[in-house]
Order: sequence, then C-alpha cells, then structure tokens
Amino acid sequence: MNGRIYASVLGLLSSKPPVVRVVPLSGRYIPKANDVVIGTVTDVQGTFWLLDIGAPRWAPLHMTGTPWKIDFGETGQYLGVKDSVVVAVESIENTGRIGVTMNGDGLGKLEGGTIVTLSPAKIPRLIGRGGSMIQTITRMTGTKVAVGQNGRVWVDGPEEGIRRARECLRIIEEEGQRSGLTARIQEYLDSTEDPDPRGGARPARPRLDSDGSARPEFDGPPGPHPLTRLPETVPEPEPDGPPDEPPPTEY
Amino acid sequence: MGNVGAKEIPELFGPDGLRTDGRRPDELRPLKITAGPLHQADGSAFVEWGFNKVMAAVYGPREVHPRHLQENHKAIVQCRYNMAAFSVDERKRPGLDRRSQEISKVIAEAFESVIFAEEYPRTSVDVYIEVLQANAGTRCAGVVAASVALADAGIPMVDLLPAVAVGKVGGKLVLDLNKLEDNFGEADLPMALVPQSGRLVLMQMEGHMHRDELGQALDMGVAGCRGIYEKMKAALRDRYAVAPVGASTGAAQ
Repeated sequence: MNGRIYASVLGLLSSKPPVVRVVPLSGRYIPKANDVVIGTVTDVQGTFWLLDIGAPRWAPLHMTGTPWKIDFGETGQYLGVKDSVVVAVESIENTGRIGVTMNGDGLGKLEGGTIVTLSPAKIPRLIGRGGSMIQTITRMTGTKVAVGQNGRVWVDGPEEGIRRARECLRIIEEEGQRSGLTARIQEYLDSTEDPDPRGGARPARPRLDSDGSARPEFDGPPGPHPLTRLPETVPEPEPDGPPDEPPPTEY
Repeated sequence: MGNVGAKEIPELFGPDGLRTDGRRPDELRPLKITAGPLHQADGSAFVEWGFNKVMAAVYGPREVHPRHLQENHKAIVQCRYNMAAFSVDERKRPGLDRRSQEISKVIAEAFESVIFAEEYPRTSVDVYIEVLQANAGTRCAGVVAASVALADAGIPMVDLLPAVAVGKVGGKLVLDLNKLEDNFGEADLPMALVPQSGRLVLMQMEGHMHRDELGQALDMGVAGCRGIYEKMKAALRDRYAVAPVGASTGAAQ
C-alpha cells in the first residue's frame, strides 16, 4: 500500500532481501502438511472422529486413517471423546478442512502421561537446534516427551520427572523469546538434579509395530526405567540413532 | 445516557475554560492499556481509561457455534459486549439488554471490516468485552480493548481500531466525554477509525449537532484516535518486549 508493506499480524520482522516476512508472536496453530500434532477427540461419528488440534477448525480423522480395522459404527470402541492421539497433518483443503492420519511411525493413541499446551510459536525453542533442548530435558528428567507442532506436548514418566519437565516447559513458554534459554533450562535442571541418576539406563527401544495393533511406545514404560525417547516427532525413525530429531524447523 | 429530564445542569466548564476534570476541550482522559492479561483466551487486553475499566478477550478463529451461522467462504466475527452488574452506580440487571445488544452488533461489524476473514473459512472469531467499571465511553474503550486483544490473538487485520467519542457540551465540542458531560451534554458521537486509511468503521450519534460542528467533531475525534493508536501499539510492544538477559522471570506472563 502506497509502496509500503504493512503486516497483518503482530510479529517480528525478518527481512532477508528480497524476502520480507513477519514471524508471528502469537496466534492459533495454523496447520501445515506433514506437521505432527497432538489432538484431542471432541466428537465421534460413524466413520470418523473430530479432533481438536488447536487449529481454527476441528480436524476429521477418518477410520481409514488409523491402523485399526474398524467397521462402521465401531469408531467409539477405539477412541472416545477426550482421548488424545498423535496424528500427522496430511492435507489442508482450500475450504479450510484439515485432513489428518494416524498411519505412520510414531503416530497413535496416547495412554497415560499428561499434556501441556504451549504457544505454537515456542515449539522451535522447545526442540532446540537439532533437537538439543528437548534431548536435554528428556535425559535430565527421565521422561518420554512427544511434541506436537501445534504447541501440545505430551509428557510421561516418573512423577518427579514429569514435574520437572513441566517446569522446563513453563520456563520455555514464559522466557522463550529471550536469549540464553538453554542455559536457563540447564540451570534449572541442575538445581533440581534427580538424586537417583539413571544415566545409561536406557531400556530397549520401544517396538514400532507396523500392524499398529498395539502401539507399544505409548503404553508407558515397561519397567521402572523411563524411555528417553520422543519417537513421535520423527518422520522416519532411525534404528538406533540418537534421540529423534524433530522435523526441521525453518525459523 | 442523555439525561433529558434532569432539572439542574451542573457547571461543565470552569472560569478558565477547563472541564470538570481539569482537561482542555481536546484532551483525552488518562489511558492505560495492558495487552495479554488473560491466559486462557487466545488474546486479551485490559483498558483503564479515565474511570472506565474494560476487559476484552478474544477466542479464535475457532469452530462456529451455533453451526448454522457458519459461512463457507470466510470467518464470522461474533461480539458480546456486557456490563458487569457492579459497573455502574446502581446495580445493573445482569445480562444482555437492548443497549448492549446494539453495541455488540456495531462493534462486531466494525471488526468484520478490518479482519482478513477470508483466511479462515467456516470459523468464528469471538470477541468478549466485559465492562467492569463504567464512566461514559465504554463502547470506545471496548473497541480499543478488543482490538488490542485481537492483535494479541494473532488475528490478521488491516489495522488496529482506536476509538473515541466527541461530544457537544454547553455549546462547545469536547473530546472524550466523561460521565457528567455525557449525562448533561447535548450530543455524543462515538467513532472508531482505521488509522492507515482514515476510514471510520464505527460511528453513532446521540443528541443534536450542527452540520458544521459535525465536521469539526469528526476532525477532533480522528485526531484523538491517532493519539490512542500510538498507545495501543505501545501496549503491544510492551507485551512482547524481550527483557534483557538475566532479568527477573515471568515479566509478561
């Protein structure tokens, strides 16, 4: 307008000529294809569920998009209202309809644990460069963490670990725009060091059954040892690689 | 509002030409805007403007309730302006009355004209405006609060909407009426401005004003809005300001 450019949303200006973009500081989650998100069932229909993924619209999850063999009308036996699932965004139609699927590695129903909601804008900070931040948190607190690009973070593990991981999430949410965040988290974790460190006590990797009949990675730790993994954020899990890296975060 | 049956009209200007609260005719009441005080809403703002206290919360874009209001090609804007029972001298009957329904409608329409609604088809942007303490000019305070809350919610808009009322009091035009001036003045003209384009998207008038005065009143109001606009932008900047490293925690939240 008048040879000038105006922003329509509140955000930070990032100008790398010839591109000018505004990085939004707030707002609802705007889904992108291939995002892995955590959704909560809000409605059960004959052939599909409606998921609240924090986006402007509810996302329909059709029964063909699940690993289960379901007959018409049986959807309610698999997922009920308030159940939480990890799904991937398949498509965004121009009507605003969001297509999601539960077929894929690391996707499935979440059992146990707790879900914390952050602002979606903070997720890149939570993950850190190459997953460094999230690795630090899971390692130091002995928890399993699943990060959805929509700002929802699922945490499971020993009670004390969950409490500490949640505190880390709170710090990220409140101080995520500042520099020195990694140091701040490290400082917090060090100050509340687990009296019984479990270094190296990583249990066997969870099985990623392709038939999906039992997605065991969400069934809670089999033994006393927590899983220090976050398989949910990986597009394709490497056999024994380091704790998974999140999808690339272009910020 | 216009208290026609009042017998005695109090003195509304001092001998020095200043108003009952010591302001010049074109002076605003002190205005303080806080962006983002609420956590559960997608966006929020609290406005203290003279003796007005108004809280606004924004949700959305989200699923439309009730469904039949949904529009296939754009988002709808729903607004609820409400005055708390304790917001006025005598307890107000709680709930929406005719006045607040009307205000809700005009505010929703004002925001519809600045929000890029086509970006979110079949959704609703819900704006809740709660007047906690009223002292004339609450719809303008409501618009200001709602518009900061919308920006806080990350909703794409053409611009923020500053709003102010101009009135005619004792034959003189004054900016930003207070309660006394509102009750005993001759006219009240609230307006909301799109600063980038100079367009007015909300204008109502009560009372009588000469045509020449109307022009002057609009100029006065637009000038007032521009001052408010700066405060709105400053409030949003404060909300998202990056505190220096090592500063005490949790400033914004």
